[in-house]
Amino acid sequence: MATMLSADSVRRSAAVECTHCGLPALAGDADDGPVFCCSACATAYALINAHGLGAYHSFAERRGAAVQPSGRGFDDFDHDAFQQRYVTIDADGQAHVELALEGVHCASCVWLIERVPLLVTGVARAELDVRQNRASVCWDPSAAALSEIARTLDALGYTPHPYRGGERAALRRRDDRTMLIRIGVAGAIATNAMLAALAIYAGELNTMDASSLTLFRWISLGLTIPTLLWPGRVFFTSAWAALRARTVHMDVPIALALAAATTRGAINTITGSGPIYFDGVCVLVFLLLIGRFLQARGQRAATDATEQLFALTPATARLVASDGTTRDVPADAVTVGATIAVHAGETIPVDGDVIAGESRINRAILTGESEDVRVAVGDRAYAGTLNRSAMLRIRVTASGEDSRLARILAQVDEGARRRAPVVLLADRLASRLVLVVLSLAAVTFVLWLRRDATAAWDNTIALLISTCPCALALATPLAMSTAVGRAARAGIYVKGGDALESLSRPGWLVLDKTGTLTMGETTLLAWHGDDTLRPMILALEATSTHPIAAGFRRAWDGVPVAAATNVTHTIGGGIDGIVNGQRIVLGSPRFIASQLPHAADSVPATGEAYTPVVIAVDGAIVARAAFGDAVRPDAAASLATLRARGWKTILLSGDAAAVSQRIGASLGFAPDEIVAEASPEEKAARVAALVHQAGGGKTPPCVAMVGDGVNDAAAIAAATVGIGVHGGAEASLATADIALTREGLHALVALDDGARRSMAVIRRNIVWAFAYNAVGVGLAMTGHITPLVAAILMPVSSLTVVLASWLGKTFTPEPR
Amino acid sequence: MSVLYIVVPMALVIVAIALAGYLWAVRSGQMDDLETPGLRVIRDDE
Repeated sequence: MATMLSADSVRRSAAVECTHCGLPALAGDADDGPVFCCSACATAYALINAHGLGAYHSFAERRGAAVQPSGRGFDDFDHDAFQQRYVTIDADGQAHVELALEGVHCASCVWLIERVPLLVTGVARAELDVRQNRASVCWDPSAAALSEIARTLDALGYTPHPYRGGERAALRRRDDRTMLIRIGVAGAIATNAMLAALAIYAGELNTMDASSLTLFRWISLGLTIPTLLWPGRVFFTSAWAALRARTVHMDVPIALALAAATTRGAINTITGSGPIYFDGVCVLVFLLLIGRFLQARGQRAATDATEQLFALTPATARLVASDGTTRDVPADAVTVGATIAVHAGETIPVDGDVIAGESRINRAILTGESEDVRVAVGDRAYAGTLNRSAMLRIRVTASGEDSRLARILAQVDEGARRRAPVVLLADRLASRLVLVVLSLAAVTFVLWLRRDATAAWDNTIALLISTCPCALALATPLAMSTAVGRAARAGIYVKGGDALESLSRPGWLVLDKTGTLTMGETTLLAWHGDDTLRPMILALEATSTHPIAAGFRRAWDGVPVAAATNVTHTIGGGIDGIVNGQRIVLGSPRFIASQLPHAADSVPATGEAYTPVVIAVDGAIVARAAFGDAVRPDAAASLATLRARGWKTILLSGDAAAVSQRIGASLGFAPDEIVAEASPEEKAARVAALVHQAGGGKTPPCVAMVGDGVNDAAAIAAATVGIGVHGGAEASLATADIALTREGLHALVALDDGARRSMAVIRRNIVWAFAYNAVGVGLAMTGHITPLVAAILMPVSSLTVVLASWLGKTFTPEPR
Repeated sequence: MSVLYIVVPMALVIVAIALAGYLWAVRSGQMDDLETPGLRVIRDDE
């Protein structure tokens, strides 16, 4: 049949890159002009070029993802209730707002977002914080509406949400600055104390005169006292708090060592004989503060989670009065039983029943299902879902905190809050170390006291100093932050280092199905028919945006496309048209049966697990195709690897039982490991039950939840470690401890590898730290610690840990 | 060796000046976001 196609009607859909995003695109008619993979990219391209920002497309590093605008109208951004809450007006009449943006990736995003003032007149400034995905926008409210700015950002693919964590962010910024100041002061003092120490050691070798020696000893003392009183004070307050709570952590031996060394050093400075330990003390404070800072930063990112989630519903609702007039009211204030109107492109602000209108709704936020659902009078609509095609009137059944979305989010919040903190290996060891150190100190003192009282004091203090867990306190944070940095380069974003430590104890691995194990998009799974039909089918589907059409195009990439005429689309049914003089009908079995009554008997029966498509040419059924969600190609192998490493896998899906069973069985899940038709609430409950089953204690096996949608967000928050996969909703990525930006399940194997290796590095660091401590104890107990030995031993032990962390192989970059 | 009594305090004063500069940088927010400005400058080539 291919020979029947005239040469000029054949268009090659060869591998062409979308001019905007660089993904494969359908070829256009012209060879030179721009080509796009989707209309959203075309819109973004036109917007950028119309304002002279064409340079964007010459950047080598651009977002490698198609523009995915939400399509919202953002009218609620202009409402008074919204403005009151999020917008501040300064003295010059300029308005300021902080917006959390989706889809921020790289340097070119910074460039593009900060040029929004060129795209929207009236915007004075837009500044992006790329790490926090947050833009602060300043504009003239009389010249531009916030909704216009929001729509522009959305069209570029950066869907904005109001940022609600402003106060906490300010608090955090203050904490960060305080810590940086402490580190700076401690660092300046430490370097100078070391210089003074160098002079003293060098002077001792070269017979420096006594007055100069005394000068340097007093200078060292003068430097050490401020470093202890200001930056170093945190260790004393923290140790004191621990003692009052009758617990012991790392800060207790640290404070003990700092206090002992400084006291002894001060006494020796005044008496003019014996070692001073000031250089060691100053360097200790400096290094320990760095370790503390890294640790705080690593842990804090994990608690950032839920703020973004609360921006998922609009701030206002359009209330319909009994006389038919409408007015905007705050969404929280809508009462049950009231009627609201929701226009096309708006997010539904409340839960309710549709009482007028017919439309398509995207429920991805609740169900993870990316395809739109048709709703008509009597159907239930949920807050947070997006009304796509037509206006709906909805009678409110729940609003504000009672809506289903709000209840799921409350669960997310609770899950995140209730999660037991991970007791890190280093902290567990430190509490034992304290007891060992104290008893060794007592033994040393008693044994030496019989011989020489002065030596007893000296050696006991030397022991306390040399057992200061400096290297131990640095070991975990350094290794973790290095590993987290490497992981980010490998496409794995780890928010809290403790998640890596948890992951190194395999327990249960709970996986969502749609979008996690499967591609999450409609894929051609089976084709029964003649291959010569392909160009004709593609000809019909070329004009369609339906997922099935996209599925055909993806499956038959590179197949020539014929030309079609008289194409008609029947929504919810199929498509028909004339290709090469033949009438082709393509669609669901029901549609074919209605179009071709005489052929109705030969229409194949509908299977449950697939979406069937029937193709008829000139009234005769000639081919069938089955569509479904294809399993990711690397899923089976990756799961097998993970199972072999001791993970018990569980499939937790919101999808129908038949589909879940089929996919679960093909991936080697036992029947009792497959849970289907689970609502978001059930998913969270199941995961919470597993965490409970894993038990408390200090080293419980890890329960990891892997998912991609808001419907998984509560389960992700409830798990010991929540993992959001590539392409997931930003909201679920926000609650996850770890976000994978690599395609496919192999990233999970890489994550497991990396977590194990990171823990190996940490253990090795701890062994090194203990080895140095043991040497120090041995020397101190036998009375061999000289100031020089102490001065070398301490920095060298810390340096070893720094080098070992840096050189340790944890995560390897993604092979390309 | 009396020169030490002049040189060492001088060194400490210089350190104090450098430290003051650092404190000013931190307090004025220059250390808040270390990532974005680095990316910003790459594209500022118009």
